[in-house]
Amino acid sequence: MSLAIDVRGLRFRYGNGPWVLDIPELTLKRGTRAFLFGPSGSGKTTLLGVLAGVLKPEEGEVNVLGRDLASLSGAQRDAFRAEHIGYVFQMFNLIPYLSVLDNIALPARMNAARRARLDGTGVKETAALLADHLHIGDLLTKRVTELSVGQQQRVAACRALIGAPEIIVADEPTSSLDFDRREAFLELLFAECELAGATLVFVSHDRTLESMFSRTISLPDISRTAL
Amino acid sequence: MLSLDLALKSLRNRAFSTSLTVGSIALSVALLIGVENVRVGMRESFSNTISQTDLIVGAKGGTIQLLLYSVFGMGSPTNNLSWDTYREWAEHPAIEWTIPYGLGDSHRGFRVIGTNEDFYRRYRYRGGQEIALAEGRGGSEVFDVTLGADVAAELGYGLGDQVAVTHGIGEVGFLNHDEMPFTVVGILDKTFTPVDRAVYVTLEGIEAIHFGWEDGAPPMPGEEQTRDDVLAMGEIEITQVTSFFVGATNRRDVLRLQREINDYEGEPMMAVIPGLALNEMWQGIGYAETGLRLVTIFVVLVGLLGMLVSLYTSLNERRREMAILRAVGAGPKRIVALLVLESVCLSAAGAIAGLALVYALLSAGQPIVEAQVGLFIPIRPPGSIELLFLAAVVTAGFLMGFVPALKAYRTALHDGLAVRV
Ligand SMILES: Nc1ncnc2c1ncn2[C@@H]1O[C@H](COP(=O)(O)OP(=O)(O)OP(=O)(O)O)[C@@H](O)[C@H]1O
Ligand SMILES: [Mg+2]
Repeated sequence: MSLAIDVRGLRFRYGNGPWVLDIPELTLKRGTRAFLFGPSGSGKTTLLGVLAGVLKPEEGEVNVLGRDLASLSGAQRDAFRAEHIGYVFQMFNLIPYLSVLDNIALPARMNAARRARLDGTGVKETAALLADHLHIGDLLTKRVTELSVGQQQRVAACRALIGAPEIIVADEPTSSLDFDRREAFLELLFAECELAGATLVFVSHDRTLESMFSRTISLPDISRTAL
Repeated sequence: MLSLDLALKSLRNRAFSTSLTVGSIALSVALLIGVENVRVGMRESFSNTISQTDLIVGAKGGTIQLLLYSVFGMGSPTNNLSWDTYREWAEHPAIEWTIPYGLGDSHRGFRVIGTNEDFYRRYRYRGGQEIALAEGRGGSEVFDVTLGADVAAELGYGLGDQVAVTHGIGEVGFLNHDEMPFTVVGILDKTFTPVDRAVYVTLEGIEAIHFGWEDGAPPMPGEEQTRDDVLAMGEIEITQVTSFFVGATNRRDVLRLQREINDYEGEPMMAVIPGLALNEMWQGIGYAETGLRLVTIFVVLVGLLGMLVSLYTSLNERRREMAILRAVGAGPKRIVALLVLESVCLSAAGAIAGLALVYALLSAGQPIVEAQVGLFIPIRPPGSIELLFLAAVVTAGFLMGFVPALKAYRTALHDGLAVRV
């Protein structure tokens, strides 16, 4: 069972709207660093939502780590996401009323399985360690509103990585960074994913980053509906 | 625990709107509990004005009227009873004691009550408390006057001061009986009842100020009597009393005694049972009471609605936060719990702050209300009523929390993880 993601006959739409996703097949091996691109409105975010178990597909199978999310209840999908998936948004990634440390620690506090994977190290210590790895160790007690965008994205990456989830999903996390920072951010993210053996699904418009990934997926190519 | 932590931090982050909301709930809760306290205080001080008196007897008329002028110093008596009739009843075997009252005069706006030593011995209020003297003694001579605590305090009188008594009731009587000054011989302890606002003289004293008024008109010029004239007369004959309080020898005889007095043929008179008459009076006020309580409950509802509005409108700016929470694994249930907890925290904080506010206001306002209105509001630790109110407010907050919570729930389900700011 080396597939991290195995999607079959997935069809998704919002309410009774048009089909946003119609993906006959999509498979990702464990440890893959996948680059997902497609024009705006093609359904990239929607696909990530389905993979993360936030959105429920109307048809098809969405096997993530061997579990078919389409057959799980909402609460089961929430629990699955809390345990196995780290998510990074494009911007505004952080809960404004929590400190940097609390933001990073949130998934571990929310989910016992993620806490258990800390191997006895405390939540705070792990958060601090991750923050050190991503060069934001000195920001832990700051208010998140005092951070630069690049710093915010690194906090978000730490939060996605804490408790070593098997899958990291990132929705254009670098689009608000300048070029140098983008590469630096990606390198840090890759290093951590490698360390944890995580599979990365990374969405971006920026094809110049493509070469850094082990696999490229064009959404319009795999989805019959994509614009 | 995590949800509570998040809820508290989120509220703290919106400190301004949080404190506004808590403040408005606190004010409304303070109003609710404050009104309740005042109401209980009123009711208590009302029924505490007199105790252990089995009957109040006066000339035939309205029962409430009799109660008002005899106990509360309000309104004016229409008729008096003759002294002989009074004595006849005072000797009645079923009657253990009486306190006669001669009413109808005033001193600078305070009622003057003519009575005798039975008043100082027998009058009871608030669960059997006795009249006590702060200074001096109870009046016993014709020109002796004993002052209620408020009278002495407000007019600044002390022992030995000379005061004039006015015929008639009102701030300014028709005429001042300056030629017959009374001497302050005693000041009563504070009772927090209408006793504090009355001036006590002897029944003989009342007779003395009315010399020359027998036909109801002021004495002709030159015919006024002076203090020395009166003193020279020796024994003064008491001719009438306005009402009298009765203590029965045996409580079981009270109803029979009341009937007997009401049927008395010598003179039209009546007896009322103070407890019943007080209840009857309070029932009249009861409607206003219910109305007042309804109003305050609505005020609390408005305070809670303010909270609801503030939580609800904050949701739009918090869609992002909800999406993040969902992304890190929070289910819709946790989002509902978070918002319901916020509303519970707000209403609980408001309720507790309101309670604190009530006690602060009560302890600050108690002397003022007492001085201005003559109403003594006792301060007690929060009782079952207060706790019931607080529980009701928090429960209402809990229930109302579901409105924004369900809205957030639906938005969170619909938004998914899309970036929407
Ligand atoms: N919550 C929603 N309700 C209804 N329709 C939606 C919702 N979210 C997205 N859509 C629609 O689904 C389609 C795909 O949207 P999605 O956000 O997945 O695109 P995207 O590829 O992420 O675009 P972008 O590059 O601009 O982020 C769009 O047509 C969008 O209008
Ligand atoms: Mg998108």
